Amino acid sequence: MYDIKALYEAESTAHAVQLRLEHPEAQIIAGGSDVLVQVREGKRAGKALISIYMLDELRGIRIDDEGNLRIGSLTSFSHITKDPLIQQYIPALGEAVDMVGGPQIRNIGTIGGNTCNGVTSADSASTLHAYEAIIELTGANGIRRVPIKDFYLRAGQTDIRPDEIQTAILIPQDSYKDTAGYYFKYAMRNAMDIATTGCSVNCRLSPDKGTFERVRIAYGVAGPVPMRAPTAEAMAAGKPVSRETVQAFAQAVLQDINPRDSWRASRALRQHIAVELASRCLTESVHRAGGAL
Amino acid sequence: MPNVGKSVPRVDAMDKVTGRAKYTDDRCDPHALVARVVRSTIAHGYVKSVDISQAEKIPGVVRIVTCFDVPDIKFPTAGHPWSVEEAHQDVADRRLLNRHVRYVGDDVAAVVAENEVAAAQAARAIRVEYEPLPFVLDPIEAMQPGAPVLHKEYPDNVLKHTSIRQGDYQTAIQEPGLICVDKWYEVPTVQHCHIENFICYAYGEGDRIVIVSSTQIPHIVRRTVGQALGLPWGKVRIIKPYIGGGFGNKQDTLYEPLCAYLSLQVGGRQVKLDVPREDTFVSNRVRHAEKIHIISWVRPDGTYAARKLEMYSNQGAYASHGHSIVAKGMGAFPQMYPCPNIEADSYTVYTNRSVAGAMRGYGIPQAMFAFESHTEDVCRRLGLDSLAFRHKNIMPKGYVDGFSKNENYFDSFNQCMDKAVAETDYVRKHAAYAHQTGEVRRGIGIAPFWYNTAVWPISLEHSSCRMVLNQDGSIQLQVAETEIGQGADTAYAQMAADVVGLAYYTDVHVQSCQDTDVTPFGLGAYASRQTYTAGFAIRQTGLILRDKILDYASEMTRMPKYNLDLMDGEIVRTTDGRVLLKLADLATEAFYSLTHSVHITAESTYQTKSNAYSFGCCVAEVEVDIPLCKVKVTDLLNIHDCGKLINPALAEAQVHGGMSMGIGYALSEQLLFDPKTGRALNNNLLDYKLSTTMDHPHLRAMFIENYEPTSAFGTKALGEPPTCPVAPAIRNAILNATGVEVDSLPMNPHVLYRRFCQEGLIADPWTKEG
Repeated sequence: MYDIKALYEAESTAHAVQLRLEHPEAQIIAGGSDVLVQVREGKRAGKALISIYMLDELRGIRIDDEGNLRIGSLTSFSHITKDPLIQQYIPALGEAVDMVGGPQIRNIGTIGGNTCNGVTSADSASTLHAYEAIIELTGANGIRRVPIKDFYLRAGQTDIRPDEIQTAILIPQDSYKDTAGYYFKYAMRNAMDIATTGCSVNCRLSPDKGTFERVRIAYGVAGPVPMRAPTAEAMAAGKPVSRETVQAFAQAVLQDINPRDSWRASRALRQHIAVELASRCLTESVHRAGGAL
Repeated sequence: MPNVGKSVPRVDAMDKVTGRAKYTDDRCDPHALVARVVRSTIAHGYVKSVDISQAEKIPGVVRIVTCFDVPDIKFPTAGHPWSVEEAHQDVADRRLLNRHVRYVGDDVAAVVAENEVAAAQAARAIRVEYEPLPFVLDPIEAMQPGAPVLHKEYPDNVLKHTSIRQGDYQTAIQEPGLICVDKWYEVPTVQHCHIENFICYAYGEGDRIVIVSSTQIPHIVRRTVGQALGLPWGKVRIIKPYIGGGFGNKQDTLYEPLCAYLSLQVGGRQVKLDVPREDTFVSNRVRHAEKIHIISWVRPDGTYAARKLEMYSNQGAYASHGHSIVAKGMGAFPQMYPCPNIEADSYTVYTNRSVAGAMRGYGIPQAMFAFESHTEDVCRRLGLDSLAFRHKNIMPKGYVDGFSKNENYFDSFNQCMDKAVAETDYVRKHAAYAHQTGEVRRGIGIAPFWYNTAVWPISLEHSSCRMVLNQDGSIQLQVAETEIGQGADTAYAQMAADVVGLAYYTDVHVQSCQDTDVTPFGLGAYASRQTYTAGFAIRQTGLILRDKILDYASEMTRMPKYNLDLMDGEIVRTTDGRVLLKLADLATEAFYSLTHSVHITAESTYQTKSNAYSFGCCVAEVEVDIPLCKVKVTDLLNIHDCGKLINPALAEAQVHGGMSMGIGYALSEQLLFDPKTGRALNNNLLDYKLSTTMDHPHLRAMFIENYEPTSAFGTKALGEPPTCPVAPAIRNAILNATGVEVDSLPMNPHVLYRRFCQEGLIADPWTKEG
């Protein structure tokens, strides 16, 4: 039994926006795998909820007119993993969300909820950062697009205005085209866990596979929000595809990340692992891009 | 046709897989009132006041009681048999709700409401004012002068200290040429994490109180509820349905007395107390954390001259099972590797942490981690082959323990190790893995374990059994050694069918739901003793029933009883093998005879005055990814000499479950307490790293079936033993792979990172380049 004041069921995106305006105190709920846990813990007990879970228009994955890979916000993790477009263009994202919780959670949990929560450990977040995803929000005045790095304001806080709901996540064509990536979830056990550190890397190699044209890397749990490592990225760009470049790239992430000391893991362990994951993720990305080290 | 020894399906399999099996919550009236406990937010202090004024206003709240309302009665909770000798009675040190709170999570007040939401809202609205006191979380610190005192009866916080002295340690260590290996080992607080949290509900019936509870020990809980509430024990009735695991946590009186008290406060209305998972971690029981110090004086030829042991066991805030746990671990020390000169001391110390009680292994998982890590460390220091060292020094065949009279009849340790070594190619691999380089290394490790069945002669051991014949020749069977998921009911049915002479174990209807008004008196399920202890009563009672059946058969057939036998459900004339009568026909006649109608039943108590060793070993193979500070268990094999197997498939399942718990103990599980506040940090199933099936290799279980001579069916302990050797086997495998001695559990990345840095296997990330 959950302590819920009221439940408003949205029948369309427009209706959801209307409900947001009518009930500014209400919490949006999609799959509920985070919100209901918080209600049970008492953190959100007694609040009204606006459910958007029945909005099938927010489900599914397609390539839009601009060539973006468009992921409806209510698409579940298990649907993302099994989607042919995801498997073709951005398999690292499908693999990343396949590491969320267990099978039941992956069936109910949505990528929109995963990002709107604003938590740094979300398994989708570092890969979406590494692919420079665009967040699509729909409000009373229509659609607003926000780069994902700006969408995350601070820990637990994302840029959703009082009239808005998140409706899609867009992966720009330039991000996924001719690009191969890899996500490594470092956790204390192999299932049902939260990332101690998550690292997502992707790279674009020159046609002869000899040079890094572009490398992108993003972390979860290396700071209060998911973050890129720009120094490391700049350092690798234009460099030869070699073990030395990979090592220098991995070492350079320490100039960008700022993990914290907590009972969940020490800062020193997180830094050590961040370097190791950068190296392993870039190595695997090179292999996936057809390169050799 | 024998039933014992066959892998027949569980008697409760269909009900459990189809969801028909009724657990406590399934039986509770959906309109029952709901109770919620308000818990201490400080680690130590006094409750000055409890303000319930806001909570009382919440719609649906029926009654709120606080620590100022409850009777001033202290009661014990340990699931031990009562002792009629006062000196051996369990320590009574807690009340239903406590004014002197001794850990974060202590019971301060309780709400009874019409539903869960109102109960939770009221619990949050209650304001408790405390007078805080200094607190202590570590047992050795708690023993120091000036440490905060938890219970005034124990001014040094030492609940109990016991010792073992053999020979003359101080003189023995003077022997020239001895090598001294002096090390500390540490094991953490862990929790049972049974699937079904503790739950009970209570209601009044006449002038009695009925409690339906998820417990391993209904008859013991009846006594403790009587003690806690000041009621005659006969006024209390406990019903135990199917339970979703206990692992020792439910071998304790948990919230049955409080729930009964709350029901009585609302006129005997049904009140349910369903403990949330977060509270189960903190406010039920945990396994004792221990710090263990071993000093071994070894001759260069690999024999022990003298040994010293000190064990400090973290009891937490209340006594529960108390010193029994660490004492059992200490007791294994002089037996496992006999040595003429031994000094051993164990201390059980109160601290301001969650209460430690029974948990699968009862002190042996802690002891085996220290003892078997130490065995490996001694051999490493001396450059000895650790397998040969174990064969040379471990308890020999024919060893008899003077206290328990247990005898090592079959050289079990060596037999189990030989089989494990052969099955895993241990010798070759151990040598091949010894000097690896590179980032990912493999290792193999072995650990034997000591265990004994049951609790005689420390406390009462007995079992009572009732058998009732039905019209169709089937029987009902009742014992109080409860089914707690381990498969006891199936084993009992197999035993009873063979003893009585029934065709199939399915002709035995085991009454799985115990009820203290109906079930014959017995002590419950614990100490890996159910098949051993209940086996005596089942065999004895089965023979009585069989005798009565043959009496009736003699009457019906006009044949002398000594020429009759009951086999596979038929009365057979032994002189020519002719089947004279079916048991079903005999039973129907006995029920409805117009000349001699009788209900054939049997009931008896068997008091056990023996015990049995149950040994084995584990071999673990691992892959250590040094830069990631991670261990992957690639193979795990347990070998057990638990006597004759009653049901090999169930035995294998039991071993798999224990090995799984061992993997978590080895690599990931630990309940953490904030040193600044004493609060548990990770009391949920996300942050407490219970191992998952994805963290397991294919688990292998094998047996050496030496028929146990003292046993009614040749069987002995298997419930707890599988979990005992896993952590040291994995630890020794990590040592084989990396050369790094890891002396604390869990061996998670935090610990491995620190150790690999110390040993130079990992460089500081900031200095890696330079």
